[in-house]
Amino acid sequence: MRPNRKTLIAAAAVLGLYVVIELLRQTNVLDGYWQQVMDLSLIITISALGLSLIYGFAGQFSLGHAAFYGIGAYTSGFITKSYGDTPFWFILALIAGVTAAMVAAFLIGLPILRLKSDYLGIATLGFGIIVKVVLDNTDKWAPIMGGSRGMLGIPHLTTFAWVFWLTVAAVLLCRNLILSSHGRAMITVREDEVAADIMGIDTTQSKTLAFVVGCGLAGLAGGLYSHLYPFLHPTSFDFLKSLDVLLVVVLGGLGSLTGTVVTAVAWVFLLEGLRILPEAFLEWRGVLYALLLVVVMITRPQGLMGGKEWSLYKSKGSSAAPGKGGNSRASA
Amino acid sequence: MMKRILALTVAAMMVAGVVAGCGGAGSGSGGGTIKIGMIAPMTGDVKTFGESTEQGVLLALEQHKNKAGGYTIELVKGDDRNDPTEGVNIATKMITQDKVKAIIGSVSSKVTIPISEVANAQKVITITGTSTNEKVTMGEKGRKPFVFRACFIDPFQGLVGAKFALNTLKAKTAAVMYDKGNDYTVGLAEQFKLNFEKGGGKVVAMETYAQADSDFNAILTKIAGLKPEMLYLPDYYNKVSLIAKQAKSKGLNVPMVGGDGWDSTDIDYATLDGQYFTNHYAADDTRKEVQTFVKDYEAKYKKKPDALAALAYDATLVLLEGIDNAKSDDTEKIRAAIQGLKNFSAVSGKITYDEKGNPIKGAVILQVKAAKSFKFVETVNP
Amino acid sequence: MAPGQGGKPPALANPSLGGQFNVKLAEQLLNGLQLGFVYALIALGYTMVYGIIRLINFAHGDVFMIGAFLFFFGFNVWGLPWWLALPLSMVLSAAIGMAIERLAYRPLRERGAPRIAALITAIGVSLFIEYFTSLKFVFSANFRVVPRPFEDTRFVIGGLGISTVQIFVIATVLVLLAILQFIVYRTKIGKAMRAVSVDQDAARLMGVNVDQVISFTFGLGSALAAAAGCLFALAYSQISPFMGIMPGLKAFTAAVLGGIGSIPGAVLGALIMGEAEVLTAGYLTSNYRDAIAMSLLIVVLLFRPAGLLGKAIREKV
Repeated sequence: MRPNRKTLIAAAAVLGLYVVIELLRQTNVLDGYWQQVMDLSLIITISALGLSLIYGFAGQFSLGHAAFYGIGAYTSGFITKSYGDTPFWFILALIAGVTAAMVAAFLIGLPILRLKSDYLGIATLGFGIIVKVVLDNTDKWAPIMGGSRGMLGIPHLTTFAWVFWLTVAAVLLCRNLILSSHGRAMITVREDEVAADIMGIDTTQSKTLAFVVGCGLAGLAGGLYSHLYPFLHPTSFDFLKSLDVLLVVVLGGLGSLTGTVVTAVAWVFLLEGLRILPEAFLEWRGVLYALLLVVVMITRPQGLMGGKEWSLYKSKGSSAAPGKGGNSRASA
Repeated sequence: MMKRILALTVAAMMVAGVVAGCGGAGSGSGGGTIKIGMIAPMTGDVKTFGESTEQGVLLALEQHKNKAGGYTIELVKGDDRNDPTEGVNIATKMITQDKVKAIIGSVSSKVTIPISEVANAQKVITITGTSTNEKVTMGEKGRKPFVFRACFIDPFQGLVGAKFALNTLKAKTAAVMYDKGNDYTVGLAEQFKLNFEKGGGKVVAMETYAQADSDFNAILTKIAGLKPEMLYLPDYYNKVSLIAKQAKSKGLNVPMVGGDGWDSTDIDYATLDGQYFTNHYAADDTRKEVQTFVKDYEAKYKKKPDALAALAYDATLVLLEGIDNAKSDDTEKIRAAIQGLKNFSAVSGKITYDEKGNPIKGAVILQVKAAKSFKFVETVNP
Repeated sequence: MAPGQGGKPPALANPSLGGQFNVKLAEQLLNGLQLGFVYALIALGYTMVYGIIRLINFAHGDVFMIGAFLFFFGFNVWGLPWWLALPLSMVLSAAIGMAIERLAYRPLRERGAPRIAALITAIGVSLFIEYFTSLKFVFSANFRVVPRPFEDTRFVIGGLGISTVQIFVIATVLVLLAILQFIVYRTKIGKAMRAVSVDQDAARLMGVNVDQVISFTFGLGSALAAAAGCLFALAYSQISPFMGIMPGLKAFTAAVLGGIGSIPGAVLGALIMGEAEVLTAGYLTSNYRDAIAMSLLIVVLLFRPAGLLGKAIREKV
């Protein structure tokens, strides 16, 4: 009976957290600006979870994650802007965004997932740039998307409730996937693809599953993002943004969902928090951020959680950290 | 142990963030003060625009003794680095945290357009000195009531440029190069083409590039092959300097015409010697308002004001006049006051607002001189 | 996107038009050559470092930027003649490159950290350089215009227009390539570099000081990147702290296209990328130049997963 009790406690804790935060927001203890920052941090969390699945667990080095984020954002924005801003359209738009991202991931994944490690990274990076160019030129075939001048007028439909509960759903999805046989297959593929192949695992299926689901999560995050900010611009989905998400996943520790979640939230708050520096020091924001990054990586290269999970659910002996044994290829 | 410290640090930072946020919420508008935000590109690729804007705004406020309509005016500054996303972030922060009633800015239409959307939705007044694109005051659903500007708009500017090219430069063919990611350059380029062709000319090339591009050899070689009689370059001074330099080395020794984005002391005078651009005002205009303004500006800043400064000064004056007339910090009243201005005397001309929030004003044509100055050529009135 | 594939010449009713077309094509090819060679210098640094320690040095594009700024300071601010400013910039940048390796990457290597950690550190270093140089008291975030040391005059030979800047860029790159060739294939340190890139442990056993070789490689690559920065400043006149991001990215993809780890591959890849970009801008529209270049890369990788001149590593089970 232990699992059931733990599940109830976990559910209660999550619900409680939601109620507390929602109260803080409604009473304006947390003002509009920080509310937006909090929403953004959860959106980034969803996206990061996607990359965590792709890279942290399945070992597929993807440098184009922001592209799928962008596909989701523009697709869903296009729908609500063209058809309506009711909750019905919002849900439809989000689903459309996720689907578009997943289809794109599947199509590009088919040919490129067979590439090894660094080359896969380059190919995904290339794909990311292609998507950005497409987004820059949308004004040619779909003028309301604005092209490189940006897209205005997407209804503000993202609320904390949406973001919070979708984040919870994303975490649950990832967790269940990881603990399933599919997830174990992914981890095996990450460790040693040849061995996994020999053991009878369909490596292509594993990799594709991770990639498609991960990119779908990015698409979901994108859909929420486009309905949060009044202004959408292709530069928010460029290569540098892909690096940001990669940073979060690695800093949190590869193979750890907790690490990803905590780091994603902390990272957004840190970046935004640094904005409140007195004006004289404002330009040091980027320098401090970069310095912090370098120092953390040198002193703790395995990331925050080092591959361990923090959970109310301690599965015995399961650490999903990437192994250090023999095959150094796996870690990149 | 390390992990514990790390976790605690992270938690502490989050708490600090929340506390800072709470701290911000407390400060509302203490009786008798109106906060105004100023958003301009203080750094980045058009930094002289931002510097001039700030100087114009500060001069206007100083001359008004930082008071209007019985209130004390407090200025909050923001640097948008000529990036729309940055501008929106700053505007959001100013509106939600600093609780500004009005925003003066920005300079480039591509930044002002999204800012005006955000501000208008929150009933915060936006007044821009120099953003000339139509979409600044006209959104997709029509007029944005809380948005105004102190300058003419690009349909007029494009017309002036085209007429000058046809009538004075006697050019029959033209090539246009512009940044497709910028509403300002896109709008101006399209208006030029429209009017140039309406006047009997032919635009042989409409080439686009991206803001990050610095190698224009390929485009220029392509254009050179089409032998246009002139080149229309509606971009900002730094890009235009680059393009002009590379154009010469591709054999394109033709007259070049541009827009008000050229107005900067950082423009490459040597390369653009003898070329023309449309602008809002000329420092050697003999009108009394202009000469007084130039004198005051030079006294304070030791240099001649450019159009950016003059328009920022005008925009600030308009806003202060609106507050004076409304005698209130209710943005709806201020808005109505500004909309109702008739023949308000500004440096760049007399301002009367039409139903689109645009003043009806004339333009000037200036010529770049290698001796680091702009020569006044002619005035064009609508 | 090979040259000569620009499209069919227009109707033969006007043969001179066909001639003019070929001249324009030749001019565009020359434009692409100039761009490609500048990329090549940067790509070489990426490929050499990757070949030796399997690291994608994201900070390399910023060394390119530092080189451009050092040239600007040397030539414009301190008043040195350009033929002094250029080598000075290269030497100082080499030192900076070696310092980065020593301070940021070597500690990770010594601890046996996973390769991804080195990659993230590289990203951090790159961001640090960019933001630090944007500070007001360093370079400040603004554009600087670099005046040219000599006038850019245009020659027309048989209808084909060439400018002195183009000649200068191409000539300088060729000279540097020749010097590189000499170093890598005819000196002891070059031999050591090649040995370490094949098998680090075996090289160590043969008495090669691996750390020194790695440092040297960084220095060499950085010097080349700095030279690219100087040439870029000469050709395109504007520099800013963030100017290294796009060229660095393109040079890196060029290196992969040609086969990462292969020196001739880096040059080949860079030339192809440069031509692809320019021809797209010249014959289609400048907006798609990046997309076409990247598509080219992906297509090549699908058929030759290790790049054009790369060696396919056989997997031993």
